[in-house]
Amino acid sequence: MSATSPTDALSYYGRPIIKEPVWQSEIPLYFFTGGLAGASDLLALGAQLSGNARLRTSALAAATAGVGISPYFLIKDLGRPLRFLNMLRVFKVTSPMSVGTWIFSAESTATGIAAACRLFDVLPRIRATAQVLAGLIGPAQATYTGALIAQSVVPAWHEARRELPVVFASSAAASAGGAAAILTPAEHAGPARRLGIIGGVAELAASKLMERRLGKLVGSVYHEGPAGRYSRVATSSTLAGTALMALAGRRRTGAVGAGLLLLTGSLCERFAVYHAGKQSAANPHHTSIPQKERGGRAVTQPSSRTGNGSSPSAPTR
Amino acid sequence: MKLGDGVETYGAEAQPRLGFFTDTSVCIGCKACEVACKEWNLVPEDGLAWTGNSYDNTGELSANTWRHVAFIEQQAPDPLKQGNQDFRWLMESDVCKHCTHAGCLDVCPTGAIFRTEFGTVVIQDDVCNGCGYCVTACPFGVITKRELGGDGGMHKCTLCYDRLQDGMEPACAKACPTDSIQFGPLDELIEHARERCGDLVEAGVPEARLYLADENDGIGGAGAFFLLLDEPEVYGLPPQPVVPTKDLATIWGAAAVAAGALAVGVAAAFLGSSR
Repeated sequence: MSATSPTDALSYYGRPIIKEPVWQSEIPLYFFTGGLAGASDLLALGAQLSGNARLRTSALAAATAGVGISPYFLIKDLGRPLRFLNMLRVFKVTSPMSVGTWIFSAESTATGIAAACRLFDVLPRIRATAQVLAGLIGPAQATYTGALIAQSVVPAWHEARRELPVVFASSAAASAGGAAAILTPAEHAGPARRLGIIGGVAELAASKLMERRLGKLVGSVYHEGPAGRYSRVATSSTLAGTALMALAGRRRTGAVGAGLLLLTGSLCERFAVYHAGKQSAANPHHTSIPQKERGGRAVTQPSSRTGNGSSPSAPTR
Repeated sequence: MKLGDGVETYGAEAQPRLGFFTDTSVCIGCKACEVACKEWNLVPEDGLAWTGNSYDNTGELSANTWRHVAFIEQQAPDPLKQGNQDFRWLMESDVCKHCTHAGCLDVCPTGAIFRTEFGTVVIQDDVCNGCGYCVTACPFGVITKRELGGDGGMHKCTLCYDRLQDGMEPACAKACPTDSIQFGPLDELIEHARERCGDLVEAGVPEARLYLADENDGIGGAGAFFLLLDEPEVYGLPPQPVVPTKDLATIWGAAAVAAGALAVGVAAAFLGSSR
């Protein structure tokens, strides 16, 4: 930037107006593992209700792995990790992170109990109850993270507030279907394959819808830098995984390949969204231009000569 | 001006809402506010680099810069001065806005950020666990994480909460030699600011405008508002900031719809055959 700032400049020396999120890569990793766990718990409940014990075991294993690794990511990203329990001091509906902390606590506890009872083959009634609870909380676990980042001033996240939870839910479904298809023999894995296909198609559609909603200016982040690269890998992996699952999912190698592609696509979609947020926060125009177009009453001129003063014109010279 | 969200919980202990009026038309860019703030609040040094951006070497508000003086050099006549010249300085001491509807306070998941009895917004350092959610919820980019010394917590202006409790004015306002930073009950400040802005317009400075002085704006008005001489974005300020919580119902609604869709999707996967 030059040392002078002309009057028509839309920024202060090109500096961001809002701050870039301080979250590191642990956060998109958690979006993935938490989503995988939530959707897998729901898949396990479906398998339980339909009497597919083999699929239930696989889905429960994926969910247990997901909730098992997630606290590591969540706590490691804190600036003061030893104080992670401070999250449990309050419950605030205005903070999706607060609500989500309680959702994750309930989800991981229920999943852990169900898995432990299954592993040691004890307490069948408690196990069944825990399985049902985990399955019922699963959808909240898979979607609250979308609400969490939408509840921010980051343009690429807040402007996509209607689509982000759907993107995350479908991404979670694709990953859960893919993981269970890998872990389950083909003759028991029908619902897992179908969930992978449904999730994959929905993820592709929802992420395109989100990009369109963001418009040309803010939506451009999905075509540039890290967000653009992750987005391309996510789209191609999910597309290939969905197609492969539909065409060759009944064969062992096909199911494993398709499952891995769907998992990769889901993971990369979370990283694409994460980087999109960082990139749009770093660009002052993504904040200022949509705000100016929307208008408002932040700037006022009390003088009677200037009318209501809601949008004073720039000084002419 | 509206009271800050949550101040009603103080009941009889609530005090008149206090705030800052920063009149940039008399700022001389001395940075006494930055220095006084650092000294009083023990805010650490944050790099001694030259940015090359006029006289601004702190760059932005952050965990380690709670008052930041912006310097803008413009090739334009200065209506505040007599005679022929084609250059003007814009200088503005920026600070946390202590919003009526504060995004940082809304999203803080530990309750570390709270509304004081004076209507200001403060982070309790001994509660903050450094999750960083407040950073993404501030429309003004005020809060960041303090990495120095392994701190890891989030920090910002407290409007000198400790001084207010002892009936003193904040350090920056006390140190300001031109009264560009004015401190007092918010109602009085706004009334005075409207007069000042009107006087400036009448005196031939048509670009004078108030920023964040209207309680009907996107953050319900601010506890720290400004008189500016150009568009907000020229100073690095958002032109029409909105608290993200304003869309809370839409966001939770979208999450509920997505959760329902996920349940339907899983149910559909079991249709036909369970194998």
